[in-house]
Amino acid sequence: MGRWLSVSEAGLITSYKKMLAKRIIPCLDVKEGRTVKGVNFVELRDAGDPVELAWQYSQQGADELVFLDITATHERRKTMVELVKAVARNVNIPFTIGGGINEISDADVLLNSGADKISINSAAVRNPNLINELAAAFGKQFVVVAVDTKHVDGKNLVHLNGGRIATELETEHWIKEAEERGAGEILLTSMDHDGTKAGFDNPLLKKINDAISIPLIASGGAGNSQHFTDVFRETNVDAALAASVFHYGEILIPDLKAELKANGIQVRI
Amino acid sequence: MTGIINYGAGNIFSLTAALQRLGIAYGMINRPEELQGYDRYIIPGVGHAGAAMHKLETTGIIPYIKQLDKPVLGICVGMQLLTDFSEEGNSRLTGIIPLNTLHFSEKIKLKVPHMGWNKVHYPKASALFSNIAPGTYFYFVHSYFIEFNPNFTIADADYGIPFSAAIQKDNFYGVQFHPEKSGEAGETLLKNFENI
Repeated sequence: MGRWLSVSEAGLITSYKKMLAKRIIPCLDVKEGRTVKGVNFVELRDAGDPVELAWQYSQQGADELVFLDITATHERRKTMVELVKAVARNVNIPFTIGGGINEISDADVLLNSGADKISINSAAVRNPNLINELAAAFGKQFVVVAVDTKHVDGKNLVHLNGGRIATELETEHWIKEAEERGAGEILLTSMDHDGTKAGFDNPLLKKINDAISIPLIASGGAGNSQHFTDVFRETNVDAALAASVFHYGEILIPDLKAELKANGIQVRI
Repeated sequence: MTGIINYGAGNIFSLTAALQRLGIAYGMINRPEELQGYDRYIIPGVGHAGAAMHKLETTGIIPYIKQLDKPVLGICVGMQLLTDFSEEGNSRLTGIIPLNTLHFSEKIKLKVPHMGWNKVHYPKASALFSNIAPGTYFYFVHSYFIEFNPNFTIADADYGIPFSAAIQKDNFYGVQFHPEKSGEAGETLLKNFENI
């Protein structure tokens, strides 16, 4: 709210009473058409079915979904397209698909299968011009650049392959470059916080959020609902993403949203 | 039967999927002569308004759309095409509704694109929003917006400035958000359009 008020004082806006809600985004890892991590929803008939899981999340009040396809076989594109079509047929909220998108034709077929956004990570680092090409072809709103970052020797460096390969790219520098090239949104995962359940990397997220003017999704470290309140309060990011705490039922989205609302954070209920 | 104007601007898979879920029959219209025989029409659209306008012009369908007297619903860029002009590429549009489509970045200091769920309110009663409470959230994703206008704005939202979430002139309707991605509220809106 502080940032909005300061804008208001500058006379650029006159009202902030009906603003955009903060988004809660479950992330599903998918391999060969099946969800990878264990899922603990009582009502699920088939916990490995990403479409049923996606539908459940939409019913619970998730604002958006991210699917990360980690299929490694040459059948990958076919399984991704089938997944995207099945999700688009059954789910009435927006979703992003990432994993193995290396060229315009990969993105084109996913767009025409019903994906709202695609997420690129390593491919963008290897070929930054891919961001420009995708934004020009499909509009920047379609292009999410996912960045995995890790703290190394006092610097935040971009990492590839789920944090296994370090690059020399400084995280903030790379994210600004991605924005300039036409990214419509940034998904920033702190590899230092990911899996710790100790909370999001709020200082880094705030620094990045203040440096860019496109939406930022916080990822890595969510362990309880207070962590979501903290990340929205302390950083003003647009969305927060998590996987296992939702899949294992440790945080239920309706409860999380009620708590956020009680804490003065605007959410869609 | 709902006719979808299929002029090649963006993804219509999600729209047709939503209509299928709702049991709404639809057909695809690729050429002017295929406009016959429908009760209502949807003009979808994502991407660049100028590029979308160029594609729509190429089909030769615009003069026939202007003459339609059945309900027409433009979605997102499909809504923007109904207006006179867009700052996106300084594009002249169909001029069916005398409004302008403007760039957020020039007007506000908030993030662009405006992406996510925003509340919608209704300055005027409209059958399109029947059974949808004021303050309901819809899913938006856009960098350009249609100015608020007391004559044609039937739903407004606020993102630094108030803008048109939905417009209407006679039988022509437009929504800036994506009803096919806006959960149950979006599905109610699509059903409402089916009953207009």
